[in-house]
Amino acid sequence: MMFVPGNNPGMMADAHIYGPDSIMLDLEDSVTMAQKDAARLLVYNALRSIDYGNTEMVVRINPLSTPYGKKDVEAVVKAGVDVIRMPKTETADEVRELEAEILKVEQEIGRVGETRIMAAIESALGIVNAYEIATASERMMGIALGAEDYSANLKTNRTPGGAELLLARETIVVAARAAGIACFDTVYSNLDDMETFRKEVELIKTLGFDGKSIINPRQIEIVNQVFTPSEKEITKARTIIAAIREAQEKGSGVISVNGKMVDRPVVLRAERTIALAVAAGVIDKEEAL
Amino acid sequence: MRNSKLRSLEEAIRLSGLRNGMTISFHHHFRGGDKVVNMVVDKLAEMGFKDLHLAASSLSDVHTPLIEHIRNGVITKISTSGMRGDLADAVSHGLMAEPVIFRSHGGRGSAIASGELKIDVAFLGASSSDELGNACGFSRSENAKSICGSLGYALPDAQYAKHVVVITDDLVAYPNMPQSISASVVESVVVADSVGDSSKISAGAIRDSKNPRDILLAKQAAKVILASPYFKDGFSIQTGTGGASLAVVKYIRESMIEKGIKASFALGGITAHMVKLHEEGLIGHLIDVQSFDKVAAESIKNDPMHREVSAIEYASGMHTGSATHALDIVILSALEVDTQFNVNVLVGSDGVIRGAIGGHQDTAQDSALSIIVCPLLRGRIPCVVPKVTTLITPGSSVDVVVTEYGIAVNPARPELAEMLKEAGLNILDIKALAEKAKSIIGTPDPLPFGDKVVGIVMNRDGSVLDKIYNV
Repeated sequence: MMFVPGNNPGMMADAHIYGPDSIMLDLEDSVTMAQKDAARLLVYNALRSIDYGNTEMVVRINPLSTPYGKKDVEAVVKAGVDVIRMPKTETADEVRELEAEILKVEQEIGRVGETRIMAAIESALGIVNAYEIATASERMMGIALGAEDYSANLKTNRTPGGAELLLARETIVVAARAAGIACFDTVYSNLDDMETFRKEVELIKTLGFDGKSIINPRQIEIVNQVFTPSEKEITKARTIIAAIREAQEKGSGVISVNGKMVDRPVVLRAERTIALAVAAGVIDKEEAL
Repeated sequence: MRNSKLRSLEEAIRLSGLRNGMTISFHHHFRGGDKVVNMVVDKLAEMGFKDLHLAASSLSDVHTPLIEHIRNGVITKISTSGMRGDLADAVSHGLMAEPVIFRSHGGRGSAIASGELKIDVAFLGASSSDELGNACGFSRSENAKSICGSLGYALPDAQYAKHVVVITDDLVAYPNMPQSISASVVESVVVADSVGDSSKISAGAIRDSKNPRDILLAKQAAKVILASPYFKDGFSIQTGTGGASLAVVKYIRESMIEKGIKASFALGGITAHMVKLHEEGLIGHLIDVQSFDKVAAESIKNDPMHREVSAIEYASGMHTGSATHALDIVILSALEVDTQFNVNVLVGSDGVIRGAIGGHQDTAQDSALSIIVCPLLRGRIPCVVPKVTTLITPGSSVDVVVTEYGIAVNPARPELAEMLKEAGLNILDIKALAEKAKSIIGTPDPLPFGDKVVGIVMNRDGSVLDKIYNV
């Protein structure tokens, strides 16, 4: 998910050419108070007029507690955004409040239930309430960590190793999995240090995240490299899935591949590997298995 | 020393026999730092010359003072590869009675060799010279001031001009050998305080572009090269100096190492990037008509496999042995490409001259694979259009156009399109790219051209390709 400032028409116009899975047009922190209205208008028109292809379009709105939040919701729902990202989410009630706002606008335009929600968790209270937030709405498609505000709230600093974020990251992954939704890691903002960025992406993939937030097209390649399954992993996954299918046809339960027992978690992992490989475009859907 | 050719500029001019109406020539190896053109034309004006034809290999921002000399009738005709800044703006607005003649570097070489462009007196700036006129674009002395590397664009002038004056700011002891310009063709040597501003002659260390669009374009162009039939051991390549072109070299390098492929030579304007690959053993020879940075200028001085060539040896269409005829792959930029694959690199979207033909026509035509790297949009300016403002390189010379929205292959190369598709590249009809640009930006208003011809674009074979009108 690539962050793009909602007040920069040049960047908004061609953000999709770099191939991010999703684009988040930002109305919140990257836009100054004086430009909030102009940015909202720009984002509205960008969503209406630019052909972003298959890229999932997300808009980060201002909190509903500010004078801008409700206007943001109205504009982006009317523009047909895929996902509204709510910043600084701390409680399930806030999610329900947003849901009600979205519904109001959707009813007005006759497009009910199309807009999904992503909640960014950026405080200790939000982490404590992560599962409640994740399950607060049918529209909730994922939760994300906002590390800058979170580490400030913890009264600590961000470090290259990310020790200060470990609990938050694990909590978000666990809450998302328990709720059956997606989870996304925070941004890494030093564009001159691609090695540390790669390590961070490898870390959050190991922790279980579905994706990483990025701030520059140059970061896309590394995220894709880390998240795209290797040829070896794909071959292994195919072997496992073929073996389980054969076993099912024969009616036998437990099977083994290369001497190792294959049970349900192993099959699920194999299926996820194939799904990721298809999503990354390294194998065709038709020839997936 | 005995038989010294050292003279003042005024003496050298008098000795040359220059008369009103004759042709004087210059090279542009000092690029934006050049002091020779202005110094000489100021002196000619002072001496009362009129009606001169200025034939430079190229002109740039630094040549704004020529405007006054044109108004005063000192210069009445110009031939060049390109023009920028205030001079170009004034020419586009109808400054001159006679149109400027634009030729490619190879085209200029051919025209000089064939006598179509006759040079009476060549004033050739040199980074070092001895008193007899053995001159180089670098210096072996410690007093080197203005280093440019190759003097390739000056060599046809040195060879064919009736009279040659070398102007240097670093007079060295005889013999300044090996030399670029041989004393045997030089009549006078003039010592000046400075022939060029070294900070503007060449970039110091070239940094890799961090512009994500350049990187995207470069990666796509690199993929085209890797998927083409020409990427094999012994291939040859030429790139420009733009961010995207430089980055292409970086991505190809990785694949060369991975697959054990080495290039036989790199051609054209040589950069630090090319020197690095050469020093790593990935490129056999550097064939250098112009050294773009200090690293390249140093390398040509010290490395016998880094060779200087003249514009004729580089890219002449009428000399079948010129290096472009052996070139496999060239990466070129463009201001505009049209749906017939025609390219414009000379006239901006406002109708004002702002560029140079350079080796564009020459390398595109002679290479086995010419790749134009060009963003679909520059801000609100569409760069893939139904028809180019000015025709510089005919579409028949262009094989592939790489944009950030997709890649177009000339329909004359269906087998290439097939190979690129098989490699998973996004191959589109060039009309679809033009439509895409139009859908985002709309159709710009037509340019307000007048009916006065201010420039004539020559093809490298000496025929007229297009005319540039005033704005």
